[in-house]
Amino acid sequence: MARITLSSSLAPFTGGVLELELDVANVRQLFQTLGERYPELQSHLEAGIAVAIGDEIYQDALLQPIERESEVILIPKIAGG
Amino acid sequence: MSATLKYQEKELKLVGTRPLRPDGVDKVTGRARFGADYNLPGQLIGKVLRSPHALARIKSIDTSAALALPGVKAVVTRDDFAEMPDEMAAVGELMINFRDVTRNMMAREKVLYDGHPLAAVAATGESVARAALALIKVEYEVLPHAIDVVEAMKPGAPLLHEHQYTQGVKPKPDRPSNVAKRLEFGHGDIAAGFRQAEVIVEREFNTKPVHQGYIEPQACLASYSADGQAELWTSTQGHFVFRAQCAKVLQMDVSKIRVTPTEIGGGFGGKNNIYNEALAIALSRKSGHPVKMVMTREEVFSSTGPTSGANVKVKLGCTRDGKITAAEAELNFQAGAFPGSSVNQASMCAFTRYDLANVRIVGHDVTVNRPKVAAYRAPGAPIAVFGVESVIDEMAKKLGIDPIEFRLRNAAKEGTQTYYGPKLGPIGYIQTLEAARAHPHYRAPLGPNQGRGVATGFWFNIGNETTCSLNLQEDGTLTLMLGTIDVAGGSRASMAMMVAEELGIEFDRVRPFVGDTASLGFNFLTAGSRGTFASGMASVIAARQVIEKLRQRVAKIREVPLEAVAWKDGHARPVDATVAQFAPMSLPEIARMAGKTGGTIAGHAEINAQGAGPGFGTHIVDVEVDKETGAVKILRYTVVQDVGKAIHPAYVEGQLQGGAVQGIGWALNEEYVYGEDGVLQNPGFLDYRIPVASDLPFIDTVIVEVPNPNHPYGVRGCGEVPIIAPMAAIANAIENAIGLRLCEQPLSPPRVLKAIDEAAAARR
Amino acid sequence: MSRNHVSATVNGDQVEFLCETGQTLLEALRDELRLTGTKEGCGTGDCGACSVIVDGRLVCACLMLAVEAEGKAIQTIEGMATGETLHPLQRKFIEHAALQCGICTPGILIAARSLLERNPNPTEDEVRYWLAGNLCRCTGYHKIVDAVLDAAREMRGG
Repeated sequence: MARITLSSSLAPFTGGVLELELDVANVRQLFQTLGERYPELQSHLEAGIAVAIGDEIYQDALLQPIERESEVILIPKIAGG
Repeated sequence: MSATLKYQEKELKLVGTRPLRPDGVDKVTGRARFGADYNLPGQLIGKVLRSPHALARIKSIDTSAALALPGVKAVVTRDDFAEMPDEMAAVGELMINFRDVTRNMMAREKVLYDGHPLAAVAATGESVARAALALIKVEYEVLPHAIDVVEAMKPGAPLLHEHQYTQGVKPKPDRPSNVAKRLEFGHGDIAAGFRQAEVIVEREFNTKPVHQGYIEPQACLASYSADGQAELWTSTQGHFVFRAQCAKVLQMDVSKIRVTPTEIGGGFGGKNNIYNEALAIALSRKSGHPVKMVMTREEVFSSTGPTSGANVKVKLGCTRDGKITAAEAELNFQAGAFPGSSVNQASMCAFTRYDLANVRIVGHDVTVNRPKVAAYRAPGAPIAVFGVESVIDEMAKKLGIDPIEFRLRNAAKEGTQTYYGPKLGPIGYIQTLEAARAHPHYRAPLGPNQGRGVATGFWFNIGNETTCSLNLQEDGTLTLMLGTIDVAGGSRASMAMMVAEELGIEFDRVRPFVGDTASLGFNFLTAGSRGTFASGMASVIAARQVIEKLRQRVAKIREVPLEAVAWKDGHARPVDATVAQFAPMSLPEIARMAGKTGGTIAGHAEINAQGAGPGFGTHIVDVEVDKETGAVKILRYTVVQDVGKAIHPAYVEGQLQGGAVQGIGWALNEEYVYGEDGVLQNPGFLDYRIPVASDLPFIDTVIVEVPNPNHPYGVRGCGEVPIIAPMAAIANAIENAIGLRLCEQPLSPPRVLKAIDEAAAARR
Repeated sequence: MSRNHVSATVNGDQVEFLCETGQTLLEALRDELRLTGTKEGCGTGDCGACSVIVDGRLVCACLMLAVEAEGKAIQTIEGMATGETLHPLQRKFIEHAALQCGICTPGILIAARSLLERNPNPTEDEVRYWLAGNLCRCTGYHKIVDAVLDAAREMRGG
């Protein structure tokens, strides 16, 4: 199981839940599982969430593998000037 | 492919040197073509009618008299664009609410700011087009408006959008609000953190919107043909993103719009989104002629995105020995007429320079009757950091600790847990602080009314979708087609340097240029300091592909095994004599034979670059305050920044100097001034004063290089970080010069003088 | 609308063009003569991107009417290099990385040449004040000032 942490900015869409464990093999499965569990989170997952796996941040990387036991953190996607 | 290429330390021949940029000669001779320099036979001139009101309901728009004017070939209004649903749609790698985009492009029910477009005309000449605008009759019902962010947040404030309920609040509010979104970041226990604190500093700051201030106004030329294809030439930071947005609002197939990016006369985030482009295509479609649209400077100020003005509250708790125990902030950001300020990123940048156990940040994204904000270099970060670094400085002073030493005691480093998510990887923040402390500037003597200030900045840097193709030409030279715009920094030179380094050939053997949208797959904007990182990674992948194909070709030509062929210094050579001996082949020799030995050789990359390395910077500034006038003079300025690796150090210095000076302008002079009527009073460079040469000293730079492990040459990105620290550094320097803490940006002569006078009055 | 006939010298060449009475010299250069090296940044004389030299005087082409060009000698960026040989200022701007986006570059080069014609040995301050009418948003002016000082040095034969 990967340990999933959601950025505190997402708390309103998960009923306050910010930490959970999920059996997912990649980012796409992670988003799918979270979206099913927290429907209000769905639009945010699509609208711009980046994923930190270990210490690396991935943006728009749905097929990025998530190893078992890895630490995964969901954060707002970053753009720039 | 979701890509990272790991950093490899190696001996470098070209990377790190200073060859001359390939766009240099064209730019010094007037040959370089910018947005307004393109023309087509039979083109019309397009002009936009704009709202004179901050908020008004549109009762009617009558264009009949304008259409009847000889020379007018087409008029478009809201009726020419499809209604879009109120939902976030994925377009060009951005999630955008196209209900808002269509309304910002062309007002529908209401005009929401002074300068909001209402109609556009295309006519045979500029004067005819202007005359036509004057003939368009609009009936308005003028409404009370909301300009100030704090006022706009209050219940009962004039509403911009009746359907807008604050997101991020549970349960859903029962009435609409100008607060589009509330967000919260943090970790630890903020209350416990403040209980541990022995010293607390709390301050409130206000900033005004400032404009990116690129010298080239937005300009485009569109040509729509009867078979439904459109061509567009425009000054943009992202031609693929512009194409995506135009296709969406015009309901066209993406492949039927071909966007050719012109040289861009500055962008800084302000040319990330379309303004006139879709109007020009629509006018061309309606008129059957090419249509050229060039904004006036007044239009640039009144109608294109400045960055947010904001209200920022910061509270910091600390032990007497200088350990921060709690950090709290509230960030209230103006979004302009539609939601979507950079408050999110500002929140994540506010405290990330420090290793903190207890953090809480609340942010609000607030709609007000001003132009919709756009990104501006490290979007949002300078605003939050103005407050935070001012309070950090005040805390250091209260504790009697040197400001750099105080920052070092709390500095983020590899492994620091951020409050917004991940742990930080290898970063160079401490190195920048130490280099600043060791710099002679930090110990230079100061005179009366002079003060020194320090502040620091952090920006994430990003990767994202990137493509390129590298073609070996028949004489052994190469063309490198890039998909990311060279927004000025010289990225074409940097990419060509990396390719030449990989191939072991001279810099001028590689000709880089930016391809149009039909020639490459999708590229995200040049933004977020991603160009040299992401496009550099793509270029290296393409170069390595070319090398691999060259080795394969030579193995066939020389009839030796592939393993026997090494690529070194621009030649295919035997790995060593024991495997196989053959005559080495140079790149031109292989290129000349390529056509007859299987065809030409090319490399290409289509990646989504991952693993951007965060950037940190430390700035030192000396100022002198004229107590009679309130004028602040910058005496000396030093920028220290970790850029990972400076591919072309002169162009990196240019980014650090240019970014710092934009920050100096933000700090000292720049601001949007609105009247009671909600009309912008200073839409020109005379009254919106950006820094000029005589305002400034030389800007000293110190480049720190802590390689990003996720880039083949260690690149982090460097463009955004230098604009973050100046506002706070200058406020801190003023405080050290005259003993007054200024919390209202800009720190312009009237404000400084007012603070001096108030302090004098308080002493009497 | 009747148009005015104007004869002038541009970069040493005799030119003729037609213009509306209200058209600026900048518009005539760009739209009638297709000399687009001179740029418009503001149209109000505040940014200097349209700097040209008219009968030896440095002016903003956006503040001068095209009809006023009758009989005048105008120098624009297109006339600064001699064939393939760049003017020392042009060369030094490239060598010193004194340009980034390049939109202000033609105006700054014209203004800097006008300075060096009057004052071959300017101080840093003199360069900064002379160029104070030319806005650059990319560079922070550091490398521009360096390039002008270095070009002056070279042109003096130092």
